[in-house]
Amino acid sequence: MKNCLVVDDSKVIRKVARHILESLDISVSEACDGRDALNQCQSSDHDVVLLDWNMPVMSGMEFLQQLNATNARRPKVIFCTTENGLGHIKAALDAGADEYVMKPFDRDTLESKLQIVGVL
Amino acid sequence: MREISVTASVRSLMDLLEQRTGQILSDGRMWRIEASLGPVLRARGFASLDALVDAIRNERGDALATEVVDALLNNETSFFRDPHIFEMIGRHLLPAAMERATVEGRGKTLRVWCAGCSSGQEAWSLAMLFLNGRTGWPEWKMEILATDISHSAIARARSGIVPQMEAQRGLPVSDMLRWMEPEGDHWRISPTLRDMVEFQVDNLFAPEAPRGTYDMILCRNVLLYFTAEKKQQLFAQLARHASPGGWLLLGAGETSIGLTADFSSCPEHRGAYRRSEAA
Ligand SMILES: C[S@@+](CC[C@H](N)C(=O)[O-])C[C@H]1O[C@@H](n2cnc3c(N)ncnc32)[C@H](O)[C@@H]1O
Repeated sequence: MKNCLVVDDSKVIRKVARHILESLDISVSEACDGRDALNQCQSSDHDVVLLDWNMPVMSGMEFLQQLNATNARRPKVIFCTTENGLGHIKAALDAGADEYVMKPFDRDTLESKLQIVGVL
Repeated sequence: MREISVTASVRSLMDLLEQRTGQILSDGRMWRIEASLGPVLRARGFASLDALVDAIRNERGDALATEVVDALLNNETSFFRDPHIFEMIGRHLLPAAMERATVEGRGKTLRVWCAGCSSGQEAWSLAMLFLNGRTGWPEWKMEILATDISHSAIARARSGIVPQMEAQRGLPVSDMLRWMEPEGDHWRISPTLRDMVEFQVDNLFAPEAPRGTYDMILCRNVLLYFTAEKKQQLFAQLARHASPGGWLLLGAGETSIGLTADFSSCPEHRGAYRRSEAA
């Protein structure tokens, strides 16, 4: 079974994402900020990270940069954020994000993005 | 799901749908009638389906009936729906079609018909696929005719504007950046793509739009609600517009097997059908 780390400071979003992912037969771990997520990535393996941008303690972008620096075979990273401007999308891809989901999103969108990055 | 009683009005709306589109709503899907027509009732100020049916009967023109049929159609679509089919098209079917056109001494333009294209995502996916593979076929062009019976779907397709929610469904973000531009909460299809596709309202059972024959026809997720007899009629229609050896792509779970001798399935390309040579 594939595993997804959902990183978002909103409990509601984490719950929605968990619901969708589990319905797609993906097991879910949760982190509430970038720091928490980094710790979890060090201690266990994930196939994919669903990553919010704006979070307290450590942002999604900072998390991604540190993940790139520390982890040679890192999980796929899908940003999932309300930052929907071109500038943010390009910056995310430049930083090595594999996909981008703009909030609000639905099950079909998430499913298709997981297919695109090869997790489904 | 709530059962809805098959009143005379529901029956007459089903007849209207069948007459215009060939689609049959099975008993299990009749709830769709009420659900889909709710917005029409509210927008037009009708108190009930009975009132709506009366108004359709008494209208001079055709506007209300057309609006009702539009509302009853299932226009569900997305970019690169069933991604492996598009991968197969890019990797095998397009090169084979080009080879064939070359052998036959035709020009370097591939002609594609998207029959039942809904709001355009299928046609644009194909255009993107073609342009993304450009370096493999630099001299080739692709012309896409995309038709649907739904006026509202074709109007959306022609606008080239895709709501954000639909824009990201199925579409890799790299393609989104390459082939679309943000416009408020929506995304606008690039002029390069739009120039490749011509959208037209057209009924598959009385088609006027297709001209001549096509190297590839996509008729995906359209057959679902047709009777076997209607499907046979449709295959005959598609066969008329498929060039010999041309490709036909159907939706997942749809098949031409047992319904037509004009197309045969392709063991080496699962999900693709080929127009018989003896046309
Ligand atoms: C479910 S959508 C599929 C769209 C697209 N081909 C895809 O696979 O994503 C089916 C489309 O077929 C269209 N359709 C149904 N009956 C038709 C008819 N008789 N002539 C033309 N289009 C029709 C509907 O309006 C609808 O947009």
